[in-house]
Amino acid sequence: MKYEDAIAKYDPVIGIEVHVELGTATKMFDAAPNTFGGGPNTNVTPVSLGLPGALPAVNGKAVEYAVKIGLALGCEIAESCRFARKNYFYPDVPKNFQTSQYDEPIAFDGSVEVELADGEIVTVPIERAHMEEDAGKNTHVGGSDGRIHGAQHSLVDYNRAGVPLVEIVTHPIVGTGERAPEVASAYVRTLRDIFKALDVSEARMEQGNVRADINVSLRTSPEAPLGTRTETKNVNSFRSIERAVRFEISRQAAILEAGGSVLQETRHFHEDTGETSSGRVKSDADDYRYFPEPDLVPVEPARAWVEEIRSTLPELPAQRRRRLLGEWGFSELEMRDVINAGLLDPIEETVTLGASPAAARKWWTGEIARLAKQDEAEPTQLATPAQVAELAGLVEAGKLNDKLARKVLAGVAAGEGSPSDVMSARGLEIVEDTGALEAAVDQALADNPDVVEKIKGGKMQAIGALMGPIMKATRGQADAGKAREMIMAKIGG
Amino acid sequence: MSEKSALTSAEVAHLADLARIAISEEELARTAGDLSSILANVARVAEVATDEVPATSHPIPLSNVMREDVVGETLTNEQALSGAPQSEDAKFLVPQILGED
Repeated sequence: MKYEDAIAKYDPVIGIEVHVELGTATKMFDAAPNTFGGGPNTNVTPVSLGLPGALPAVNGKAVEYAVKIGLALGCEIAESCRFARKNYFYPDVPKNFQTSQYDEPIAFDGSVEVELADGEIVTVPIERAHMEEDAGKNTHVGGSDGRIHGAQHSLVDYNRAGVPLVEIVTHPIVGTGERAPEVASAYVRTLRDIFKALDVSEARMEQGNVRADINVSLRTSPEAPLGTRTETKNVNSFRSIERAVRFEISRQAAILEAGGSVLQETRHFHEDTGETSSGRVKSDADDYRYFPEPDLVPVEPARAWVEEIRSTLPELPAQRRRRLLGEWGFSELEMRDVINAGLLDPIEETVTLGASPAAARKWWTGEIARLAKQDEAEPTQLATPAQVAELAGLVEAGKLNDKLARKVLAGVAAGEGSPSDVMSARGLEIVEDTGALEAAVDQALADNPDVVEKIKGGKMQAIGALMGPIMKATRGQADAGKAREMIMAKIGG
Repeated sequence: MSEKSALTSAEVAHLADLARIAISEEELARTAGDLSSILANVARVAEVATDEVPATSHPIPLSNVMREDVVGETLTNEQALSGAPQSEDAKFLVPQILGED
């Protein structure tokens, strides 16, 4: 069913579970290093491997990071919480259970403001954030494409097993209508930005540091009870999240339209087709028989400690945007363009280094962005905030005009050095040598006696006719204002 | 608890399935009986539990036992795989995984 038709007939409700791998030095329950890469099964201890008798010990830093995340999401922090065993058999979980939290998460009842591309703010209600551990990695061998179908056996690497995770679960997000896909994607992006600002994770989607499971259901109207949901697992880019939600809305609407019912199941998203396919049907397999983890004692974050962490929380992205909007005097639209282009950081740094906000914005979103697009590069690969601040300073000081500054930037982008280096090497400085300028002016006056007569007769706009020859003689480097003054002085007007 | 103390054969079969335990029809009936009587005994605790006694998961009154985030000793790959029935490419080799895509 076409997305537009689906949205016209049904009200979508989404729910999102985000897993973030914490950037601690060690794993959640043992002292094995928490690092990406390394030889298979080397970042492991008896605890990571679930060997008999191995006892877990909670990583205090991971608890601190979980509290930070909870506070940043406006959550209550539990006075006491416990770990629980989530029991299931799968080779990537060596203990045959995942140590997680169940009925006592460390953080609960929060909300996060999500800004959409057009500036609309949507408040996403957070149910909980809890601590758990990551699983190992399976490689299926013998199948044609590394998938389970046709695989003869699987190989398991437990380097990732036990890496600290925080899982953040939303309440059902209602009322987003046709913007549901956009809200889902913007929400995960907002969380990613918060993790980065808190410095609790590298938060790189492409490395799987942040993974999203997306629940989608449809109902006939906002008053109707919630429909049956599907859960699309491990959607790992912002674009994929948007596409997955869109696809599920269309797919489920088609089923309902045909009089069928949506099956509650896990689904997988395929990057190549933009479609989801059925995984396993939710049934017995999800009977996890949670019970409190007997090998770990409760975690009771002291109130004073929680308040201390709260007081050291860095400025969060949404607050920062609001503050900079006020300080810089940009319009909402200008600010959004800056953010969407990913240029907030370089512009802020450029301003800190002395450029005016307007000049910093102008160069980064203008010429540098244009050069970057042309070279298929990132703007920050072509120039540094220090170089842009220097360039803005040269323009401010009257040594460069816009046209020359763009040429200087091209040189900087080509790796020819700092703006001053490029300016002197390419001879781009505005001619301040009054001798050279005077010679050019004299020549122009001598060559154009008719124009001189007009000026003498009071036709000031005729001066423009002299500027062309003067600019030509100085290869565009004359200061137009100075040339004009000189002409007036010489004609005696 | 008390009214739930009798386990049916179907419930035992379900639990056996979750625990990956093969169980015969005969064992099923016997196990259901055994487990039911154990549950009935445990259920007697509910008779003495009062509202003043909070549920507890741990007999020792301890909390906040935490570890410094400092890397410690790890196993070598050889040590890690030493107990594995089969391995390949420095990884644990496990039988074909069924039932999921």
